[in-house]
Amino acid sequence: METLLIQASSYAASIDGLILLVLVLTGFWFVLAEGVFFWLIWRFRAKPGIRSQYITGKEKHLKRWITIPHALVLVCDVFIIIGAVRVWYDVKQHLPQPDYTVRVIGQQWAWVFQHPGSDGDLDTADDIYTTDDLFVENDKTYHFQLTSRDVLHDFSVPVFRIKQDAIPGRTITGWFHPIRTGTHDIQCAEICGIGHGVMAGRIHVQSASEHAAWIAEHSPASAQ
Amino acid sequence: MAHVATAEAHAEHDAHHHGPQGILKYIWSTDHKMIAMQYLFTGMFMGLIGGLMAYVFRMQLAFPGLPVPGFGLVSPGEYNALVTNHGTIMIFWVAMPVLIAAFGNFLIPLMIGADDMVFPRINRLSYQIFFISAVVILLSLVVEGGGFGGAWTAYPPLSAESQYNLTRLGASLWVLAVALEFVAFLLGGINFITTLMNSRAPGMKAYDIPLVCWMIVIASILFMLSVGPLIAGAVMLFFDQTLGTGFYDPTRGGDPILWQHLFWFFGHPEVYVVLLPAIGIVIEIVATFARKKLFGYKIMLFTAVATGVLSFFVWAHHQFIAGIDPRMANVFTVTTLLISVPIAELLFVIIATLYGGSIRLTTPMLWALAFVAEFLIGGVTGIFLGASGSDVYLHDTYFVLAHFHYTFFPIAIIGTFAAITFWFPKMFGRMMNETLGKIHFWGTIIPFNMIFIPLFVLGLGGQHRRIYNFQNFPELAAMQPIRVLATLSLVVMLLFQIPFFVNFVRSLRRGEKAGRNPWHSNTLEWTTESPPPHGNWPPDQMPVVYRGPYEYAHPDREEDYWPQNLPA
Repeated sequence: METLLIQASSYAASIDGLILLVLVLTGFWFVLAEGVFFWLIWRFRAKPGIRSQYITGKEKHLKRWITIPHALVLVCDVFIIIGAVRVWYDVKQHLPQPDYTVRVIGQQWAWVFQHPGSDGDLDTADDIYTTDDLFVENDKTYHFQLTSRDVLHDFSVPVFRIKQDAIPGRTITGWFHPIRTGTHDIQCAEICGIGHGVMAGRIHVQSASEHAAWIAEHSPASAQ
Repeated sequence: MAHVATAEAHAEHDAHHHGPQGILKYIWSTDHKMIAMQYLFTGMFMGLIGGLMAYVFRMQLAFPGLPVPGFGLVSPGEYNALVTNHGTIMIFWVAMPVLIAAFGNFLIPLMIGADDMVFPRINRLSYQIFFISAVVILLSLVVEGGGFGGAWTAYPPLSAESQYNLTRLGASLWVLAVALEFVAFLLGGINFITTLMNSRAPGMKAYDIPLVCWMIVIASILFMLSVGPLIAGAVMLFFDQTLGTGFYDPTRGGDPILWQHLFWFFGHPEVYVVLLPAIGIVIEIVATFARKKLFGYKIMLFTAVATGVLSFFVWAHHQFIAGIDPRMANVFTVTTLLISVPIAELLFVIIATLYGGSIRLTTPMLWALAFVAEFLIGGVTGIFLGASGSDVYLHDTYFVLAHFHYTFFPIAIIGTFAAITFWFPKMFGRMMNETLGKIHFWGTIIPFNMIFIPLFVLGLGGQHRRIYNFQNFPELAAMQPIRVLATLSLVVMLLFQIPFFVNFVRSLRRGEKAGRNPWHSNTLEWTTESPPPHGNWPPDQMPVVYRGPYEYAHPDREEDYWPQNLPA
């Protein structure tokens, strides 16, 4: 996964780990089932003079061929469920204490971001508003308050592995914790009309000093 | 019971026989076989349109901004309308009419030894409404403002308000067409269920019914139980669009998420509505060409029922990240992963049936085996999405898209070709050409995998769906060669449909005469003439059933098959 797309948030590695777990377990079943399947096709190909066997599948020793794999699939499911619930709890259900909170507003067809200014609090006079570019500080825990002005949108940052629908009339709070600096894509992941394909944002994860400089430079004049 | 239904159907047939002739025959026929053909050809025509739509938007993705040969420049609005209607048409106007309506209509009366459906006129009405719905969905593409472009899931507020979707007429016609299509299938479903219950040949007990008939009937029951909430939802959506009500408008007390629950409460069972008939088709073909009794008839039947029941409790896995209470995701993760057990079992039973067989790789058998091999990929990739923790990342990416094409393509395309190549001799009385059939098979299966395996990679790389030009996203731009590969594979696959059409048309006239039972199969449809006459059998020769449908290679019999209607 890391080779396809870098892991830039604290929980990216655990989501990728879960994907890997599912890959290993389902991969085992997949290879086994396809292997047996193709072997049977080859082994029991029609040969002149050889008649097929009459097997009803009713006998206990034959039914085992279905019931044992059946039970094993269930065991694999339990492992996957445990993994999925644990990752889900960390990413979506449990909100850690934030260092900062940003507001993310989707609209046709742009992202509006409201950053806390130098006072670190949202909804104060020194808030910084931007369109399509979100600036955050590396290694800090962020809450995002997500909403929409018109239709459904979806705030997705693939390098963070995070995704959440934005719904008009509701504010949904989520979190992320960037672990490396850099600039990455924000995609709108829910079709939102003809401009859906151009609703491309960028997230700029900055070091502490870069971020402080950015805030100082962009603080609204009224607050200074 | 069976005799009453038979007598009524006879009266119907006599009226019909002296009734409409010539072209009118095709509009007013109540013969289940004619209605099956109407559904089949309408479905194939719509499939062609759906496939060409995929060609246009895949070309746009591979070569963004360049005119698509045969279409021209693709605007973002057109792109959205194409992906939306590709999905809608392939599910509602291809998979359902072909798998359920066409083969349900053709096979159920023939396989249970009835002379027609119980309600032939309702059957005719079903097709006529379906035909109108097909006209409406095609019309919606060319009205002022263009076709609806809010995805086949039609989430409001985008779908509900024309100020957002910019396709006032297209969106309303889209809802109308889907609603009409549901009416058609409710009528058809009533018929399938009643006919199977009441019109079986004397001697045919519940476990003597060929499984494909059971599967179509279970699918019809699932459809009828799940579609109600969606029809209510569609009426509210239509009112929001046309009367300005606010059922889904949060500024007026509505809730957009309500639609998602109603839609997916239907939408997930819908997957099994089309899956079960395809599995049924595969069972019939595998038993015939492996010359094997099915491994566990009852296991298969009750597993299918269990799958259907479970499918009503998984819908919110489509909504993990849609703003539902996060605690709910845990419940739906459990139910979703549990459904992997019966699905795995259905496939295990088919695979186990091959053991000890004498397998003949005819064209229909190749399609049936390909269904198993490919559907397995669709099955295992579903686990990634059913697990809430990994769905956070994969939701709405191309991984989802590749996953459900690995389920729907085997169901709707592989299942259909399996059924057509298998029952073509019965439908038209002539054999299809095996060489052309195999060229078509390999020319479809290989490019199919080369389209969708790359899309798994794109999805894992973070590429989301329904975006008309990925050049706007720096992280995604580098994966362009993968998109080109997928698109070129699609073009190859579409070109390889030509051998099929050539084979189909040529075999209609010049194929070898099939006779009654070219595959040496057991079920009742093979005991009558090919193609079957009106009433399916002469009235004094209606079949009587003595045994189950899969008695191949029985030790008490010299031949390796034992038709259901032969006395012991």
